[in-house]
Amino acid sequence: MATALKRVRGLGSARSGTETFWRQRVTAVANIPLVIFLILSIVANIGADYAEVRAYLAQPLVAILLLALVINAAIHMRIGLKEIVEDYVHGGAKVVAILLATFFAAGVGLASAVAIVKIGLGS
Amino acid sequence: MGHAKSGAERPLSPHLQIYRPMLTMMMSIAHRVSGAANAIGFLLLAWWLVAISMGPEAYAQVSAFFGSIPGRLLLFLFSWSLIHHMLGGIRHLIWDTGRGLDKVSIEILAWATIIGSTALTVLVWVVGYWLKGAF
Repeated sequence: MATALKRVRGLGSARSGTETFWRQRVTAVANIPLVIFLILSIVANIGADYAEVRAYLAQPLVAILLLALVINAAIHMRIGLKEIVEDYVHGGAKVVAILLATFFAAGVGLASAVAIVKIGLGS
Repeated sequence: MGHAKSGAERPLSPHLQIYRPMLTMMMSIAHRVSGAANAIGFLLLAWWLVAISMGPEAYAQVSAFFGSIPGRLLLFLFSWSLIHHMLGGIRHLIWDTGRGLDKVSIEILAWATIIGSTALTVLVWVVGYWLKGAF
């Protein structure tokens, strides 16, 4: 009884801890060069006009690296935000907060990704 | 085991407020806070990219905001948070290999993260202003 209830309420080990831990490390390592590239890209385009910035972002290599960054960062962010929520929010509010964190990560990531593709395709 | 009533007053383990603030503890908090702050920064990045994809008018709006004093302050804090979280993350990756966990090393790594993130952030902004022709 107690065990079944625990499962329903999602208490105890979800048995996916190692996978989440490892995914957070893989995305962290990938984020290092990608974030450095983002910072250099922004600094290099300070004061640039619209056509210049757009032409820079439309280069295939730039688009690939930025696309990799926003997808990678969205996954990393979702794990991190969920971990924060699980530490401070409990009960039904926790479920809502995790859903919001997930939608936020997916929304911001997808909006960025679509923008990058759109710029890259020149549409 | 199965007899605990929900809502019963149980002893809690000591939490943050019970401890004297220590550097490594503050760095742990800073890592979490900067991670959450980076989520707001990601929103700014998305706004910037979407505006560029939409056209010159949307780009002019986002540029005007990032060029303003509050916009620049927000960007400065975001760049600091991002670099701090990155160096803090590298610190965590070093720990994951089992290295740097002794008392001396954790202090050195903590200071390296603080000094490194501040110095790199200032460097990025100095180079940025220099490229813009401010000096």
